[in-house]
Amino acid sequence: MVDHLAMSNDVTVTLPRIQERIPTVVVDDAHVVYRVHKGGSGSNSPVAALRRLVTRSSAPNVRQVHAVRGVTFTAYRGEAIGLIGTNGSGKSTLLRAIAGLLPVERGAVYTEGQPSLLGVNAALLNDLPGERNVTLGCLAMGMSPAEVQRQLPEIIEFSGINQRGDFASLPMRTYSSGMSARLRFSIAAAKQHDVLLIDEALATGDKQFRKRSEARVRQLRENAGTVFLVSHQLSSVRDTCERTIWLESGLIRMDGPTAEVLKAYEAFTNGK
Amino acid sequence: MANTTLADPGSGLPPAQLAARHGLRMAGQRPSLASYSGQLWRYRHFITAYANAKLAASFSNARLGQLWQVLTPLTNAAVYYLIFGLVLQQSRDMDNFIAYLTAGLFIFNFTQTSVQNGTQAISGNLGLIRALHFPRACLPLAITITQFQQLLGSMIVLLAIVLATGEPITLMWLMLVPAILLQTVFNAGLTMTVARLGAKATDLKQVMPFVLRTWMYGSGVLYSVELFAENLPGWATAIVQFNPMLVYIELARVALLENTPLLNDSLPLTWLVAIGWSVVMGLGGYLYFWRGEQEYGRG
Repeated sequence: MVDHLAMSNDVTVTLPRIQERIPTVVVDDAHVVYRVHKGGSGSNSPVAALRRLVTRSSAPNVRQVHAVRGVTFTAYRGEAIGLIGTNGSGKSTLLRAIAGLLPVERGAVYTEGQPSLLGVNAALLNDLPGERNVTLGCLAMGMSPAEVQRQLPEIIEFSGINQRGDFASLPMRTYSSGMSARLRFSIAAAKQHDVLLIDEALATGDKQFRKRSEARVRQLRENAGTVFLVSHQLSSVRDTCERTIWLESGLIRMDGPTAEVLKAYEAFTNGK
Repeated sequence: MANTTLADPGSGLPPAQLAARHGLRMAGQRPSLASYSGQLWRYRHFITAYANAKLAASFSNARLGQLWQVLTPLTNAAVYYLIFGLVLQQSRDMDNFIAYLTAGLFIFNFTQTSVQNGTQAISGNLGLIRALHFPRACLPLAITITQFQQLLGSMIVLLAIVLATGEPITLMWLMLVPAILLQTVFNAGLTMTVARLGAKATDLKQVMPFVLRTWMYGSGVLYSVELFAENLPGWATAIVQFNPMLVYIELARVALLENTPLLNDSLPLTWLVAIGWSVVMGLGGYLYFWRGEQEYGRG
């Protein structure tokens, strides 16, 4: 990248050299449409279903939702980006498109490496003890067994599930929702991700854990990753992200420094 | 943020070129077959750990725990023996019906439960798939391994029954090992196939029990295979002869039992069919599953 700078700026060599920023996620006019089964309603009788099978037409109770309608932005290495917007504005859908879990209808999403999406409903094996889930989760992220053994105590310690006695050896179905969310975040945060997508995952923990996880997010970022954070808790966006994208009805309403965007967003939601 | 436009000479580029210049990949693209296989190999520890975890979890709520691994096949065999051996008198003209029945039952059950769980491999693990990124073939492969471990429990029961019913220990017993390994490869391929089918067509779960039951009746599990040759027209018997499940069951019966009725007279031919099925299904299932890799977890 230094070569490139030297080539393009050969006239202005006196300018201080600023490192070129490296993009990790490029979203180019992305449209995401997903199909939902409405269930129950409509002509769902056996006869109608049979007729659909014979005529090979698609079920009428499937509706298309155009959740993201042409979003364009570039995220760089070392950035933490907050995604805010009212319910149903397409934040989670956009994250899932970046993670490659939803196909884009039009446009494109380019990413460095494989982004990891960390959501509240990321389920592990509920019948197994927390410890065992940590091992499984780490192996599923591609760690070697030796590495997992080394990280295991750290992850349990970070999650804080052992603060009220030895919960790590109890099945995860006995955990409170906050505890399992904490454990899931701790597992995902144990690995250095190129791009980490966090969907409301920090909201369930208590205040103490939130502080710890915010520190961890900052650390992940410093190690040259990019972090996306979807949250309705503006304070946690303010504390972790310096850039914020505000989505409204599937479109970018504002993209800029967190303080400015949050101010406009708060004015918008209060004015309603 | 104002100085960033100055600092970034690439910002003037259209997004697609910017992405290309920094070597970014399109999100959710399918890896090549070679790199996919490499990834899968690196995840081998995850596959075995997941299989063991599933096995442990399946008994975690039962008081007797892992003892069920042996109790379930035993009870199964007892029920079928009661109906087909004692009530329907299928054992009339056979030397050792109870061993014949259990061999068929356990071998068939290995494939049956692999397929049943396989249809749920993707659709039942959406949380895991959406949260973590790993080659998805890990899931159907882990199911095959879990079922293989269950089969080992069943095989101990089977060998005990075979010995208790007075069969001698012969060198032929060694044939059981390659036969089961071939069946395991066949199962892995089949499990991957139904995993992809079940990921899209959720109705498959409702249809599968009927398909599997038909398959069981066509594999000569519960009655003498001689009934096929006696009652079916020639062409239908020929089809049944190439039924992979019948072939794997016959190999197990030949290995363990003396004077057992067989549909396939030629042992080398039976082996050829068994190898053929395991290669075709194993490779075919793997390719078919890989081709859908980028779609799992969507929707």
